[in-house]
Amino acid sequence: MIRDLHYDTGTRLLELCQSEGLSISTLAIAREMNSSQRSEKEIVDQMETYFGLMKASVDKGLAITELSSSKLSGGDAGRLARYAKTASPLLGPQFTKTIAYGFAVLETNAAFGRIVATPTAGSAGIVPACLISLQETHGLSDGEASRALFVAAGIGHIIAAKASLSGAQGGCQAEVGSASSMAAAAIVEAVGGTPAQALDAAAFALMNTLGLVCDPVGGYVEVPCVSRNGMFAIHSFLAATMALAGSRCVIPFDDVVIAMRDIGRRMPRQLKETAEGGLAVTPAGLRFRPAPPHSSQTP
Amino acid sequence: MESVFEIIGPPMIGPSSSHTAGAARIGFFSLGLLGDPPTSALIGLHGSFAATGAGHATDRALIAGLLGFHPDDERLKDSKEIAAKAGLKVAFSVIDLGENAHPNSVRVELHSSSESTVRLDASSVGGGSIHISSIDGFDTSLTGCHSTLIFWHTDRPGFLAQMTSILAVVGANIATIRTSRKNRAAEALTTVELDAKPESEALALLRILPALAKLRYVERLP
Repeated sequence: MIRDLHYDTGTRLLELCQSEGLSISTLAIAREMNSSQRSEKEIVDQMETYFGLMKASVDKGLAITELSSSKLSGGDAGRLARYAKTASPLLGPQFTKTIAYGFAVLETNAAFGRIVATPTAGSAGIVPACLISLQETHGLSDGEASRALFVAAGIGHIIAAKASLSGAQGGCQAEVGSASSMAAAAIVEAVGGTPAQALDAAAFALMNTLGLVCDPVGGYVEVPCVSRNGMFAIHSFLAATMALAGSRCVIPFDDVVIAMRDIGRRMPRQLKETAEGGLAVTPAGLRFRPAPPHSSQTP
Repeated sequence: MESVFEIIGPPMIGPSSSHTAGAARIGFFSLGLLGDPPTSALIGLHGSFAATGAGHATDRALIAGLLGFHPDDERLKDSKEIAAKAGLKVAFSVIDLGENAHPNSVRVELHSSSESTVRLDASSVGGGSIHISSIDGFDTSLTGCHSTLIFWHTDRPGFLAQMTSILAVVGANIATIRTSRKNRAAEALTTVELDAKPESEALALLRILPALAKLRYVERLP
């Protein structure tokens, strides 16, 4: 293939999908084949392996009963999963389980377990939670769920090119906001929506996370990160719902990404992963602050 | 970022892609640059690496990389103890690499028993991706996403022509090439990012380039 399948805007992504008659996932796979010179099978197999690791990180997190070393997290994924099995969980069993899956990945992460950064570790629960949930409701195979991961990657590529995926640079909107945006688009394609609807879903998800700061208590990726991964998995379903319903997305995805970059640049450094502001400096939050950095030597 | 697997991935040990996986990859790249297992490492942590590194196991991740562990290796959490047993001494300090340095930056200085040394400045730029900005005081720009050749050499006419012609003969495709030097006709550093691993014969030929002081080959990072 010698076609130029590169895209770093949503507009270009849609043009390519429409002119080539491709879904976003097929385009993302074709772009990867071009840039990496690897076969489709190799690429798709690697993604399916990653999806398997994601599921393992959910299973591991659901089984965690002990607190993490910081004592900030641990056991809540299990609590949510048990609540989902009660007679009438408030949001219904499926969404409650979805929240549990988002929690589970982040609890595994906090326990120095193996996760797949999607797009980062602090936001690694959202996309897996959404896709595993869709497997349960829509009968998606592992292969189909892995395909949806390419949609997520396509959206992530654009955000990475035009803004940032790093909490230290853009605040939590760049991590959880991006993950939620990626997941929303993945959900839309997985349930049969169009590329334009997927992009709208990505825009809805991201525009409603703008301004989200990164103020991790104690500097650990736990509070509010664990609960945020559960909550924003649901946010992705909300955004996908709006797009599938045809709600008008007045600000297009590309503009929302630029807005996110702009807000990230203006955000004070105290609210960008430094643990020097927000929740991290509340009276309750300060109790978890580790000893200040100092020179140390091992052994 | 080029690959979908930079967005979805890497598989890694938690808790932070930038503070843990990125740090592990910086350590791994540093090991490749040194060429031998290090016996001592001086590690200066800058910005957010210094402020919130402890809770993110940044120190353990850097050491894990220096030991050659991949970012998804579950031994990461025990890397300090493993380093101690392996005879690797590590000292951490807090440093300021300047206002323009990325918040997640680190300066790594390594020594090995064969007396090779290397010093590099690197940043973890998000999602586990890294950027190497300086090697032994030479400005550079590497990501570890390619097979990378690093030449320490004398700045002499024809060096680049000889080097690239060897790569051309073996059919190695160059993604990026960059030379930086401190003065004319003095020491220089050239980095070449390749699309694929070069043949070992090519490496052998490159090692006998007349103006070459040292060559390292670092494989595409895990």
